[in-house]
Amino acid sequence: MNDVIGLAPWLIGFPLIGAAVLLLGGRATDRWGHWLGVLASGAAAVVGFILLFRMIGTPAEERAVDHSLGTWLSAGGLDVDLGLRLDPLSMTFVVLVTFVGTLIHIYSVAYMDHDVDRRRFFAYLNLFVAAMLTLVLADSYLLLFVGWEGVGVASYLLIGFWDTGRPTARENAVAAKKAFVMNRVGDMGLIAAMAILFATVGSVGFADVLPAAGGLSEGTATAVGLCLLLAACGKSAQFPLQAWLGDAMAGPTPVSALIHAATMVTAGVYLMVRSGPILEAAPTAQLVVVVVGAVTLLFGAVVGTAKDDIKKALAASTMSQIGYMMLAAGLGPAGYAFAIFHLLTHGFFKAGLFLGAGAVMHAMGDQTDMRRFGGLSRFLPITWITMGLGWLAILGIPPFSGYWSKDGIIEAAFIPVDGQPWRAWVFGTVAVVGAAITAFYMTRLFFMTFGGRRPRWTENQHPHEGSPLMWWPLVFLGVGSAGLGLVLGIGGTFTTWLEPVVGHAEHHEPVLPVPVIIGATLVLVLLGAALAFRMYAVQLVPEEAPRGSFLTRAARRDLYQDAANETLVVLPAHGIARLVQVGDRDVVDRGWGVLPLAVSWFGAMFRKVQTGYVRSYAAGMAGGVLVIALVAWLVVRLGAGLGGAQ
Amino acid sequence: MTPAGLEISGGETVLFWVVAPLMVLAALGLLFVRRAVHAAMCLVFVMISMAILYIAQEAPFLGVVQVVVYTGAVMMLFLFVLMLVGVDASDSLTETIRGQRWIGLLVGLGLALVLGGVVGRAAFPPGAGLAGGDPAGVANPQALARVLFGDYVLAMEAVGVLLVTAAVGALVLTHRRRLTPKQNQRTVAEARVKALTEGVSLTPLPSPGVYATSNAMDTPALGPDGEQIPQSVSRVLRIRGQERPAPHAGVALVDADAPTGAAAPRRGEEDV
Amino acid sequence: MEITNYVVLAAVLFAIGATTVLLRRNAIVVFMGVELMLNATNLAFVTFARLHGDLTGQVLAFFVMVVAAAEVVVGLAIIVTIFRTRRSASVDDVNLLKG
Repeated sequence: MNDVIGLAPWLIGFPLIGAAVLLLGGRATDRWGHWLGVLASGAAAVVGFILLFRMIGTPAEERAVDHSLGTWLSAGGLDVDLGLRLDPLSMTFVVLVTFVGTLIHIYSVAYMDHDVDRRRFFAYLNLFVAAMLTLVLADSYLLLFVGWEGVGVASYLLIGFWDTGRPTARENAVAAKKAFVMNRVGDMGLIAAMAILFATVGSVGFADVLPAAGGLSEGTATAVGLCLLLAACGKSAQFPLQAWLGDAMAGPTPVSALIHAATMVTAGVYLMVRSGPILEAAPTAQLVVVVVGAVTLLFGAVVGTAKDDIKKALAASTMSQIGYMMLAAGLGPAGYAFAIFHLLTHGFFKAGLFLGAGAVMHAMGDQTDMRRFGGLSRFLPITWITMGLGWLAILGIPPFSGYWSKDGIIEAAFIPVDGQPWRAWVFGTVAVVGAAITAFYMTRLFFMTFGGRRPRWTENQHPHEGSPLMWWPLVFLGVGSAGLGLVLGIGGTFTTWLEPVVGHAEHHEPVLPVPVIIGATLVLVLLGAALAFRMYAVQLVPEEAPRGSFLTRAARRDLYQDAANETLVVLPAHGIARLVQVGDRDVVDRGWGVLPLAVSWFGAMFRKVQTGYVRSYAAGMAGGVLVIALVAWLVVRLGAGLGGAQ
Repeated sequence: MTPAGLEISGGETVLFWVVAPLMVLAALGLLFVRRAVHAAMCLVFVMISMAILYIAQEAPFLGVVQVVVYTGAVMMLFLFVLMLVGVDASDSLTETIRGQRWIGLLVGLGLALVLGGVVGRAAFPPGAGLAGGDPAGVANPQALARVLFGDYVLAMEAVGVLLVTAAVGALVLTHRRRLTPKQNQRTVAEARVKALTEGVSLTPLPSPGVYATSNAMDTPALGPDGEQIPQSVSRVLRIRGQERPAPHAGVALVDADAPTGAAAPRRGEEDV
Repeated sequence: MEITNYVVLAAVLFAIGATTVLLRRNAIVVFMGVELMLNATNLAFVTFARLHGDLTGQVLAFFVMVVAAAEVVVGLAIIVTIFRTRRSASVDDVNLLKG
């Protein structure tokens, strides 16, 4: 491992250089810039695979390596080393980010073909890859924070990428700002967590903090855990900071695939798993994590059932799937491996689904309303098959990859924690119900797009497959969606792989026998899928959305998340701001206004002295001389008088 | 203190008491005469008297320099500028700034009192005199030169630079850059014709009136309509208010007994 | 006669010069007042030189004359320039700095 560790900084270096060249090179790089972006990402992927294979060839206990790059900051009691931590967890992310990232880069070359700002797009993509790799490779919370903010910036830039010249430019810019601001709320959590850690442990490096987590008082651990959870909620669009993800679909579709499905939004899960020892020291925080995961899981699933916009439906699905991962991350060592496993498989199949959605939109002239699709399977066979693989994977049909990871999470959810069977029942049921709803909305999405007896296209549309640059990445991701779970899941390969990082999980029995859980899940999933098939493939899909039940209408409006934010946060903030403004204007400004008034009054008085007549000034001077002479004379007289008195 | 001390001769005393009051009178002339030229002449008198006093006070070199530099150069410069600027309403002694006259007089009087008081109350050492105090016993210009080119040579050089700078500065200040094309006789004529509509006369201005009772520069000519033509009187006289009305202005003939020229009221001073 | 009579004369001339500066409106006459003040100080210098038996006083008077000459040159140039642009030699007409 140590012979190739020197390559690790290049993982970040290649895309960073790519971004720098593209951003600083300006229009001169327009012609070949996109290929430079692909190359930078591809080079990082190659380095990632070299490191991965070397790591596989190393004994399990030697796989975690800290590669120090020297001291970064040294301020008083705080010394932070600039270093990278390579271990199975970060390597998993590196491979996911670079491999999927490179596929999406290639896809984007074709997808963004007609965009005048394609070079800038690739610069941002490279910047994102560099920041994401910094995030996962960091060996301290501080460096992780750098990557954390870096992906936030890249996300902001890419959501608002089309912020000029389009009819929706304004909405896009607003969506970007919304994502940025809501992420800030989460970032406060991370900063606070770092501050608490520094105050109690005296360091923010993983190597110091994580082993010391067991020694923290439960209150401290809970505080840190909840702060970290807040950060994770912001970045991963978990309840209550979930509102930005749906709007983030304003960005180009490859961005949605890479950032808002496969990688960045899972950073919160990474943070939770990485901080596992801290959470384990704080059972309350763990419970909150699980609750947040469960709530988001159902929230996203319910929203997903009602959305007609293909990207928003997928975004809701992403939120829901990350809810699964969060739930697993809150279950302790038993859940970590499955959280990351699901993250990995989800990265593949969700990226595939998003890219497939992009291909559909590309074919349909940027139409996103699924009620205007239908019957596309004949025209887009490759997209149909690859999205079909992703669909089966997310449903959790064996042997597709989603089955291996999601089933693991459901089983883990049924394991009682601390001997409290109610938790197992509640969260296990939520997970299973979520799987059923997932099956419903994904089947709905799939058949509304590809199935149906007659197309519901609007204009004179001629759907066709895109260039090979677009469908080859789809094929790769489709293969991954189909087989990745089988390869890594059978015999617990992936769980073993992560064991050096997350620790060995003692086997506990779920409250129900495992075959029963699997069977029940499958039955419910098939029921959900069959219901959706009947409603959207067998029956005709109306082109205008029916009014629907109360729940449907609520779900279409994201369960009133924006209204809730507006009422609970924005309006009070406006009220405070207005109060402060009024106070500032009427109290502070008025108060201080007296001073300039006095000054200007004095000015007006003394202005009259400035007659402009040079003779007046001369008179003033001469008078002054006279006065000084008189005073001097008086002083001398008085001095002499006093001297005489003595 | 040299034992010899300073003896002020009776001749010097007489000289002082003759010259000093005249100087003060001439200086007061600066304050009270109306014409700037008269003021300049008053000042010349003060300065020459000052030169006499210098010579009386064992400073013959300074006395000569005073005559040469001040009366010879500086005052001539003043006169030149006076001619250049010409006659002006600012010669008037009317005060325009409210209170300035009283303030000025008060301050001037106060200055005189304070300075005089200080001089009167100060205890001066017995006078030393220069002849006794000069160890080398050389005459005044040489002794002055020794000090000037000895102790004060640097200041001397600096003053030289100052003079050159002042000369250049005056050149720069008074230099006028030509902004318009050069005028020749043709262009001047054309400009006058063009300006006809603005009331500029194409012909020479009418000459002053010539009358049986008076024939002078200060009486305006009468136009065909019997009205006076102000332009016919020199501008300087008009500004000074020294023009007299034409004897027959507006009327065929006034009372023959009245001495029109002398009785004509002078125009009041007016600002132009 | 006391030698201080000369100094008193100088003081009186100085005061008259100052009053001239304050009261006259013609810039050239004002300038003459300044010259009178300078001359008055020169008289005092010369007198003190004689009083103390030290030629430095005369040297200073000499320097004052030179500086005054330079000042006159520049000052008159300024007056001429102002007269050209404003057609007036009155110090009261130059009051652009009125507050």
